[in-house]
Amino acid sequence: MWQAVYEELEGRGFVVITVALDKTPEDARPWIDAAKPTHPSLVDTQHVLADLYNIVNVPTVLWIDERGRIVRPNDVAFGTDTFKHITGLEAATHLTALRAWVRGERTALPEARARQLQSLPTERDQQARAEFGLGEWLFAQGRRAAAERHFLRAGELAPHDFTIRRGTMPMRGIDPMGREFREMLGAWTKAGNPYYRPLPE
Amino acid sequence: MAEPTFTVIEGALAVAMPEATGLELVTRAEAGGCPVALDRDERAAYLGVAAAERARALASLEAPDFALPDLEGRLHSLADHRGKKVLLVAYASW
Repeated sequence: MWQAVYEELEGRGFVVITVALDKTPEDARPWIDAAKPTHPSLVDTQHVLADLYNIVNVPTVLWIDERGRIVRPNDVAFGTDTFKHITGLEAATHLTALRAWVRGERTALPEARARQLQSLPTERDQQARAEFGLGEWLFAQGRRAAAERHFLRAGELAPHDFTIRRGTMPMRGIDPMGREFREMLGAWTKAGNPYYRPLPE
Repeated sequence: MAEPTFTVIEGALAVAMPEATGLELVTRAEAGGCPVALDRDERAAYLGVAAAERARALASLEAPDFALPDLEGRLHSLADHRGKKVLLVAYASW
């Protein structure tokens, strides 16, 4: 999904790093094989990145500048319009802004604005991540019933965290595109909560 | 010496130890304000990182470094790309 923009801009001091929050490398492999990425394409079964960056859904994109500073915090963007009919999000909006930033035609967000737009983790979020972490370890040990208890507890603590609620479905034997997901999504949006939270600018 | 029948997981590290030692670490982590997931039946605990620590790091706008494997198992870190603009993308097959 992101290989095209990487190829377009790699000569300008730019790199794409994609990270799959999947239960095993094998779950991510078909996607990576199809994308044929020449940029780093990584797999994060333990949700290390989600913990560090307070990532609660996918896709999540961030811009990081040459000095290693976050200049655009967690946002929702797609590399292509494959899912536009479902998400209502157009890839071009983000891609146009990204190109202009990489080419130096515009600056990213001022620091104060970047901080305003950040969403920082709460104690409940981090408790949920600890429950996920224990569940993930138990799952890897083959102790699936115990793992499930902790995944469910994590989802109760952080109902907005779909890297937990949806991301653990494959480990609980549930189709993450199926009926259970649609019911969860329906209940969530009916209560007035958006599934995707793109930045307002 | 008691049997190492209890596992404490912290980050990517899982260490087996006697239960009393594990529960002592749990108590200490909780006293330090860290989130802990404990399962006495499974004799395991996961020690997480406090919200305040994560929030402080993010609010500094210094992008937290990480090292994660590609499909071949080679580790890549964010710091490898210092000097470049980075688009960091989290996605999943689900």
